Parts: sequence; structure tokens; C-alpha cells
Amino acid sequence: MSIKGNAFVFGKNIDTDQIYPGRYLELFEPADVAKHAMEGVNSEFTKQVQAGDVIVAATNFGCGSSREHAAITIKHSGVSVVVAESFARIFYRNCINLGVPLLVCPRVSEKVTEGDSVEVNLMTGEVKNLTQGVTLQGEALSAHAMAIIAAGGVKPMFKAKYGQ
Amino acid sequence: MHALEKILARAAGVPAVKAGEIVNAKVDLAEVNDLYLQVLKSFHEMGGTKVHDPNKVTFVLDHYAPAPTIQSAANQKAMREFVWDQGIPHLFDIDAGVCHQVMPEAGLVFPGMLLVATDSHTTTHGAFGAFGTGVGATDLACILLTGELWLRVPEVIKVELTGTLPHGVMAKDVVLHVLGKLKADAAAYKAVEYTGEVVKNLGMAERMVLCNMAVEMGAKTAYIAPDEVTRAYLEPRLGYYPVVPTTDSDYVYVAMHSFDVTDFEPQLAAPHSVDNLVGISEVAGIKVDQAFIGTCTGGRVEDIAVAAEILKGKKISQRTRLVIIPASREVFLTATKLGYVETLIEAGATFSTPGCGPCLGAHQGALAPGEVCVTASSRNFPGRMGSTQAEIYVASPAVCAASALEGKLADPRKYLCKEAATNEY
Repeated sequence: MSIKGNAFVFGKNIDTDQIYPGRYLELFEPADVAKHAMEGVNSEFTKQVQAGDVIVAATNFGCGSSREHAAITIKHSGVSVVVAESFARIFYRNCINLGVPLLVCPRVSEKVTEGDSVEVNLMTGEVKNLTQGVTLQGEALSAHAMAIIAAGGVKPMFKAKYGQ
Repeated sequence: MHALEKILARAAGVPAVKAGEIVNAKVDLAEVNDLYLQVLKSFHEMGGTKVHDPNKVTFVLDHYAPAPTIQSAANQKAMREFVWDQGIPHLFDIDAGVCHQVMPEAGLVFPGMLLVATDSHTTTHGAFGAFGTGVGATDLACILLTGELWLRVPEVIKVELTGTLPHGVMAKDVVLHVLGKLKADAAAYKAVEYTGEVVKNLGMAERMVLCNMAVEMGAKTAYIAPDEVTRAYLEPRLGYYPVVPTTDSDYVYVAMHSFDVTDFEPQLAAPHSVDNLVGISEVAGIKVDQAFIGTCTGGRVEDIAVAAEILKGKKISQRTRLVIIPASREVFLTATKLGYVETLIEAGATFSTPGCGPCLGAHQGALAPGEVCVTASSRNFPGRMGSTQAEIYVASPAVCAASALEGKLADPRKYLCKEAATNEY
């Protein structure tokens, strides 16, 4: 499962208020939620992002609130994968549950510059910076997480098992 | 095993668990708040029609209490109708207060339980010896559907608090110091247990502050071993007292940290990160436009009491607003009966009804660009309480009250009587 796109690079402790500001929490339709992706840190993000682009960040990406809107807004903004040095746990769970690919990769924020072309292999955890010719080794997703992402998230899995 | 592991083992129906293991655990109580209509959407998208066990579910309408917009009103309406249709007995409507305050008050929280809520501050319930953890909407919908959730058994970090808490220094100052030193991701995926003589001498309100803020270190859950203080709070509310799981003497913590609080001055988190630690002496004098006392972190009777003590017979600065929002109806009633509400209104405070208030930047005291706020709530992320151009200092309610009085960040110790008794409400 290989994903290729151009990078948007963020620093450490990007919290869920920066990913999806609290004033929009009453929205729930994915198309509406997607209009405010990353607005708290880059108000131009939704105008700049192209389908397939990659978010790269330093440590503790997604810290703060439990809002699933943060995972929904990234998923529906066109971003194909989030690669960070570490993730906050609720955000991480939310992304897996919704089938949003993510990967932990040490020092990735130092080795990727905004706009670089990046290729991410979820199975092997390999992150290639095609622009700079650098390859980094990230942590491959667990089999449990990979199975959920491959199924498109937990909803299709649970629907098959429990839906009436 | 740690007491937290024993909780997960019991919930998973297995004799033992160990850190790193993934278990499928039966959830004793699942709570949904009014930010999360997505829970119902995900439930229906997964083909759900009937909640697995309505008695183990509660809805709390607290973040938008009362509804500030047509959309939030519509979301609350849909939630009430779901609760009524499903026969869910516990609905805390907009009159009740913040989920993490009203659930223990109502006798829904007990030592040894697994409590999962759509709110990151669910770590608060570790103060009662519960395993409390926050999840997103779809995880909660899975619980509605099956009664269970998969969880990774966390390692436990021990934080020992020794010495004597100085006059005018509160649990909030202590936890701001701890997370300022350990940093915002120190406990990611892990649990934090607080121990030591300082913890032993704290009332339930202050213990809840320590556990509440553990999530600002990334913690999955927090824990304080229940004792007689816990029992005195819970037993009258529960009408019984359960057998409390305890930590085995040979349990090995993944890390241990010790802090002597004896020489602490009031602590703050400066903009824009919860671990951007400063002492009041470093920032005193910075102009403040709004002070806020409230939320699941800083809206209990003890917090309102300290503000009333500082502001009794005085007037806040004419250029500063002081917004106070009691965490629950019970807190509001108690603070009213004790005269604190009158004292604070006379001093110039603006009261709103119980709920989360401006903590999430949606209503009841949002900040304008360029404004500075000092808050007894938990977070100072950019834009957290309104404009991303506003600056937020997280502090104790005492610092908030003293700062409202002076119109600038101020040390509360000079306004507090040294002999004042510490009361438990």
C-alpha cells in the first residue's frame, strides 16, 4: 500500500483545535467539516491542498480534545496520509477507525520540507523523500490497524458483523 | 498487576493482563456529550438500531448549554430524541453541568469501573479509582452497538508529590508544574498515577484537577488509589461501596517522578502550549482582558470559594471581565447558599449557567484578536477560546481571581488569609 503526494510540514504539538477549531464543532456533514481543515494553524490550507497530498509533522500530532472532526476533516480534505514523529492516542484511534492512513516516522519533520514529493509505504513503514533523495524508516502499522484501514475503517467491518 | 490492569482484566473477563496487550473490554458506563452527533451517525451507519445496554449509557448536554446556535440546538434535539427512543435512563440536559462533574455527583462513578466518554478529560475519574478514558465518536458508537471496546493495556507512570503545599498554591499549580517539566507528550498511550503525602491531604475536587490535567501529558487514563476521602465522597452518592482493586506490591512502574511542592509559587502555562511553564513572578503585570473560572478543570465549589475569598468586598478592574461558570447545578447551588455567588457578582463577576462555557471557543466568553485571558480551564492552544490571535494563560482559580482584581496577571497569595481553613464541599 504505497501513497505518493506533496508534503505540508507542521511542527510539534499540533493540537485538535489547530486541526479543527472548536467553533465549528456543531458541523457534522463531512463536506462541511472538510472546509476547515488545519484552519487553526494555516488558514489557507484548504485552498492549497490537492488530492493525495501528505501531512508531515513533528511529535504529538493531534493532541488535545477527542473530537473525531479532526480525523474527518483530514480525511475529506484530500490528504492521503499523515506521517508524524508521534501521535496523540485519541486522534490515532480516530484515524484508524475512519480508515485514514497514518504512520509514525522518527525525525520526518527534519527531513522533509514543505512541497517535497513524498512516497509512503504503509506495509513496510518506509518513507521516501523523492525531492531530496532521502529514505527514512518509519514504524509499519500493526496488523490490527492495517486490517481496519484496508477495510476502509471500522464502520464497514462492524456493519458486516452487527448491522441489522 | 496494577489496579488499572485489574480493572481491565475484570472488564475483559480474563484472570490477568499485562501492559501492551490488547483486550476487548466490557464498558461499565459510556458517556456521550453534545459535541458528538457523529456518535449517532456512526451508530446508524454501522447498522445499529438498538443500544446494547441503555443502562450503561448516559448523555450529557454540556458543551453547548444552553444552545447558542440553531445547529447546536438541532444536534441536542436529535440526541434527546435518541435517548428517549432508546430508553436510556440517564440524560443530563442543559440544566445539569459538565459531564465530569455531574457523573460522580449522580453516583454513576465508582472505584474499579471502566468509564469511556467522548471527551479527552475522562481521565478525571481516576480520582475515584476508576479507569476513565476518552475516545472519538465512532469508538463510542461501537460501544453503543456491542457494549465493548478494544483497549491496549497501558504502562503506568508514577508521579509522587511530596512536601507541604504552600499557602495560596493549589493542585492546579502542582499539575501545571508536573506537565511543564515532563512535557505534553510524556504520558502518551500510558497511565499516570499520583501518590504521596500531598495527594493524601487533598480533597476530591483537587484530586480531580490532577487527574483531569493528566490528558495534557497525553495520558490514556489517570489514577489515585481510593482512600477514606474517596469513600466519604462516594458512599452517600452510590448508596453502597464496592470492593476496590488495589495495586500489587511487586508491580513495576514504567517510570517514576518525584516532585517536592514545598517551595512552589503559583504556576502558569503561558501561550500557546500547556507545557510552557512559568511562575507567577515571571509574568505578573501582564495586562489581562478576561479571567475565566469554570469547566471540568476549575469550576468546582473550592475554585469559586477561593475567588470569593480574594474578591470579597472588592471590585475587579474596570478594564477586565471575570467570567465564572459553575461546573454543575450542585456546585452552583452550594456556592449560592454559601454566599460566594453574591460576593462575586458584587465584585463584578459575570455568571453563566453550568456547562463548558468558553473553554471550547464556541460561546459565553469568546476572545477577540489581541486579547489576553487567564483561565482556570485546561488548555491554551492557539484559538482554543476564540481568536487564534488571542493569548491564553492557564492558571489556578486563585490566580484568575487576583488577576481580575488587578487587571493584570497577579499573585493571589497576598489576598489570601493564611489561617483560612481548607474546606471540602
